[in-house]
Amino acid sequence: MSSIRSWFYRNNQGGRITTLLLFLPPALTIFTLFVVLPLGEAGYYGFFKWKGLSAISESGKWMGFENYSRVLGHSVFHSAIWNTIKIILVSILIQLPLAMAMALLVASTGALNNFFRLVFFMPFILADVVAGLIWRYIFDGDYGLVGQFTTLFGMDPYYPLADKTWAFNSVLMVVVWKYFGYHMMIYIAGLQGISKDLLEAAKIDGANNWQITFRIKIPLIMHAVKLSVFFSVIGALQFFEMVIPMLPGGGPSSSGHTIVTYLYTYGIVRMKVGFGSSVGVILFIVCMAFAFSYQRYVMKMNND
Amino acid sequence: MAKQNSIQSPVTNLVRLAVLFFFSGIMLIPFWVTVIGGFKSLGDLRVNPFALPTEWDFSIYGTILTSADTWKMMGNSVIVTGLSILLVLLVASMVAFTFSHIRFAGKKYLYNYLIAGMMFPAATAILPLFIKVRDLGLLDTYPGIILPQVAFGLAMSMMFFRTFFEQLPQDLFEAALVDGCGYTRFFFTIVLPLSTPILATVGVFILVGSWNNYIMPLIFVNDTDLYTWPLGLMAYRGEYGVEWNKILAYVTVTIFPAIMFFLFAQKYIVAGLSQGAVKG
Repeated sequence: MSSIRSWFYRNNQGGRITTLLLFLPPALTIFTLFVVLPLGEAGYYGFFKWKGLSAISESGKWMGFENYSRVLGHSVFHSAIWNTIKIILVSILIQLPLAMAMALLVASTGALNNFFRLVFFMPFILADVVAGLIWRYIFDGDYGLVGQFTTLFGMDPYYPLADKTWAFNSVLMVVVWKYFGYHMMIYIAGLQGISKDLLEAAKIDGANNWQITFRIKIPLIMHAVKLSVFFSVIGALQFFEMVIPMLPGGGPSSSGHTIVTYLYTYGIVRMKVGFGSSVGVILFIVCMAFAFSYQRYVMKMNND
Repeated sequence: MAKQNSIQSPVTNLVRLAVLFFFSGIMLIPFWVTVIGGFKSLGDLRVNPFALPTEWDFSIYGTILTSADTWKMMGNSVIVTGLSILLVLLVASMVAFTFSHIRFAGKKYLYNYLIAGMMFPAATAILPLFIKVRDLGLLDTYPGIILPQVAFGLAMSMMFFRTFFEQLPQDLFEAALVDGCGYTRFFFTIVLPLSTPILATVGVFILVGSWNNYIMPLIFVNDTDLYTWPLGLMAYRGEYGVEWNKILAYVTVTIFPAIMFFLFAQKYIVAGLSQGAVKG
């Protein structure tokens, strides 16, 4: 007993141990209870057919890997994966270049530039459900922008969100509208960190504006670009809330699902805990595989 | 940069401004049609979505603003968001402080354990999370909405705090320890008051996420008395279908606080959401 007391006295300098006992448990408890345990349970539940009404030992039926083979063989899940890839492609090929172009145009200080930055960033603070709902209206063939357009040219009413080829592409437009301002702000933060002397020196050496942009500015903020690619991909993988108001029920013939709306529709709404959990596990594996390989091969490579 | 603009020809600058104003228009049109849409009759909305209303109808906004339900769900959102922010700030800063200032065995493992929470979205474990919240008896309660949000917001916030705490001068702590000030008191009386910039950054980060959160309340709340505003909005939309004038008015009312906050606190918001991400 006395040895414990002397150990405690020696190690509790400045209340070190008491502070640890006070500061660590809240975070660890909340995190373990609501993040780690559910994740582990998802791995377990994914092997069962279970409605979740009573304990899994009573009403759960062992399925082995059948949930997984069903998800992976489901054509709707395939289109959900394809839609997710589309979001990633549009983000990288359209959204980020647009964000970069706008960042270069408005990075210098000035009241007017400040105004443009605000306007471009504003949609980002809207909730995804709100952005989805507003654009659901704009794309409405009777009332919105699209309706106005067709009447103007005397065409038949057109409903893009009910058209299999256009439904998800319309969502992609809203993604760019809502999110490019965020990436622009990341780039602006990077651009403003570039030393003025460097740009001045380049100009004295006879570099023109194109050379300064592509040989100096963009290479110097590559770190920010890599980061925004990372956020775009993680965002695409968990994309959900905007689709619900735009394409309720997954859109025309369930062609407009993302991974999470698929999980929501086939797992949560029908309370198929086992099936939904297996979708969650697949999503988890994809996220982790991406995050680790991206950090290992892209973020760490030539750290600038 | 200013100099660079001055050597640009006026034509280049004119093109630049034209492009920027064009894009600003595209960005703002959805906001414009939403706000004025609520003042129009359904017929007016159908033939003329962009211009000012031919006849101003204030009754829709009036009904929404005087409805007790509107204020109740706004109140719920304020409670949920407020408590989420407070909890995250307290819990994340405390744990970050142990990582930045206290030596102990297994620190690295514990840090990696918590930071792993940043790599995957809440959706991955949402069904078991539902079962857990239900089994704890927290469905249809404030803690049932708040605690999972806090849990998923911890990792990122902790990382911000740790980076900031590690940049505080080391002498500060040594001086405090010599004066007989322990870790706990040092944290609350010296570290936290010095941390207002990072508290604001993390606070804004959690605020936007929690205020706009739809999936967690959607799954953990059935009781309409506990609806947060995104749930109320979707329920309203379900009730009124394509009566877009009503829905647009409702959207305007619900986004008003966020827009106002954004315009007044834009510096913190932009820093919190974009620069914070870069530095972290």
